[in-house]
Amino acid sequence: MGAGTETFYEVIRRQGITRRSFVKFCSLTATSLGLGPIGATEIAQALETKPRVPVIWMHGLECTCCSESFIRSAHPLVKDAVLSMISLDYDDTIMAAAGHQAEAILQETREKYKGQYILAVEGNPPLNEDGMFCIDGGRPFVEKLKEMAEDSMAVIAWGACASWGCVQAAKPNPTQATPIDKVIRNKPIIKVPGCPPIAEVMTGVVTYITTFGRLPELDRQGRPKMFYSQRIHDKCYRRPHFDAGQFVEEWDDDAARKGYCLYKMGCKGPTTYSACSTVRWNGGVSFPIQSGHGCIGCTEDGFWDNGSFYDRLTTIKQFGVEANADKIGATVAGVVGAAIAAHAAVTTVRSMAKRRNDNGGNGNGNKPNDKSAG
Amino acid sequence: MTEIARVHGPLDAHGERAKSLQTVYVYEAPVRLWHWVNALLIVTLCITGYLIGSPLPSVSGEASASFQMGYIRFAHFAAGQSLIVFFLLRLYWAFVGNRNSRQIFYLPLHNRTWWWGILYELKWYLFMVKDPKKYIGHNPLAHVAMFSFMLFLLFMMASGMALYSEGQGIDSWQYKVFGFMFAIFPNSQDLHTWHHLGMWAIVVFVVVHIYAAVREDILSRQSMISSMISGERLFRDDIDDFPR
Repeated sequence: MGAGTETFYEVIRRQGITRRSFVKFCSLTATSLGLGPIGATEIAQALETKPRVPVIWMHGLECTCCSESFIRSAHPLVKDAVLSMISLDYDDTIMAAAGHQAEAILQETREKYKGQYILAVEGNPPLNEDGMFCIDGGRPFVEKLKEMAEDSMAVIAWGACASWGCVQAAKPNPTQATPIDKVIRNKPIIKVPGCPPIAEVMTGVVTYITTFGRLPELDRQGRPKMFYSQRIHDKCYRRPHFDAGQFVEEWDDDAARKGYCLYKMGCKGPTTYSACSTVRWNGGVSFPIQSGHGCIGCTEDGFWDNGSFYDRLTTIKQFGVEANADKIGATVAGVVGAAIAAHAAVTTVRSMAKRRNDNGGNGNGNKPNDKSAG
Repeated sequence: MTEIARVHGPLDAHGERAKSLQTVYVYEAPVRLWHWVNALLIVTLCITGYLIGSPLPSVSGEASASFQMGYIRFAHFAAGQSLIVFFLLRLYWAFVGNRNSRQIFYLPLHNRTWWWGILYELKWYLFMVKDPKKYIGHNPLAHVAMFSFMLFLLFMMASGMALYSEGQGIDSWQYKVFGFMFAIFPNSQDLHTWHHLGMWAIVVFVVVHIYAAVREDILSRQSMISSMISGERLFRDDIDDFPR
């Protein structure tokens, strides 16, 4: 790896891919990115002229599910992404080199492509105990991350770990696992959340950056708008059942067999921004809701800390083990109602007593106050 | 029969004279209209909102034959946006209406008498004093409650519009204006929870509000419920507050 001067097109042709296949690939990619009619031409033009972008792929606290997802990309094939589109100079999980040789690549890339390479981070650095909970190449991962980010062009935060913290950052977060954007503050960061993100979303982001030489447009939370601007619920094929009021009430009921909406079973589709219901998984085969299970909201911040995956209403931990907004609200309303009933009872007794006293005649011994509010 | 029309006072008076009571016109027509429209909208919003969080039992049959959840959500969105429109109109009226129409939108924090009044009203509710004071507008404690409720309505309107904007898409004006709510709370699920808790806070407010209005209507020296219908505050006694 590491031949950074070749253009994409040269690499592609060298691999024996015909021009016809190359143009097909450009068209497919343009379509999957939702680009206009000239998109395919632009992609072809870019791939023919631009040198491949060097990518450093680092792994912090994570489970490698992002990599597992990435290597299953169908459009574009991950083969095309890794071998033709980017120059994946370092990825300690899948690279051939190991040990000092592998680590040397990091320094080489830093010097050779200063400010030009992309740092893709899978997982996050734990900050507790000076980063001791994640040692990579003999030193804390957080140090390595900061060092590599310093000379990078941009940082891609792969998955929920790098974007939000995911399970290792769930309460009480003993290792103080911290998302990338809380550690690296001086570089543009693209968050590609998901546990894992959809393969085509990952390769789509990479394709966009290599094609246009800039980062995709990001939303308020730093996610690429093209994949994270709509909720799963908005494009869910079970949405008509939701609007009709047809819900699965039990996992084994008739409604479940008929494929009704999983809203009552705690599906997080209505609050989750992801392309699952349009792009789907494993080459468009299926996605969780299609398989009969609700969305767990894995692209959302803090999805591990928002209670059960199977409750519609969020568990609010501050108020006890099994409380949600309705239980808290009804309890408070009940307490207030009881207090008011007691208050009314005291008021009645008091005013009856007062009426008896009033026959004797009395007044209140208070200070004068004629002012009215206004 | 024409003489009867000229009789002063109540027709069935048995030689009694009706007391002459002091009345002040407090709540102008737009304020009263807003109050009752608001009440209606809030009831609608609470019921439909609850049903969105915990939907009715599943409907059977073809999905195309029913639009139950759709109608419930439509009612919620329509009522919510009407609430905002009426709130804006009410805000406008605070500028052009009488001085009482402005009361619930600010707190006279520098007024020592007002602070004393809060304490006094608290004592009244804790049965520590025998009579409440007379006020043309809201008493200071009610004033605080109303002002807080206005802030609270603002939160419900902003969070509601933010949640609504999710369906409209992130390129909608609703998202551009209210999307900041997602930066604060910080995601859709949390905002849903806060909005839901807000519903219960409104239920609590309504319970306290109705109790206080009924109680003061009976016990205090001024009219309450009828004032929000006729607009006139009627003072039942002209006893001054000096010790006797």
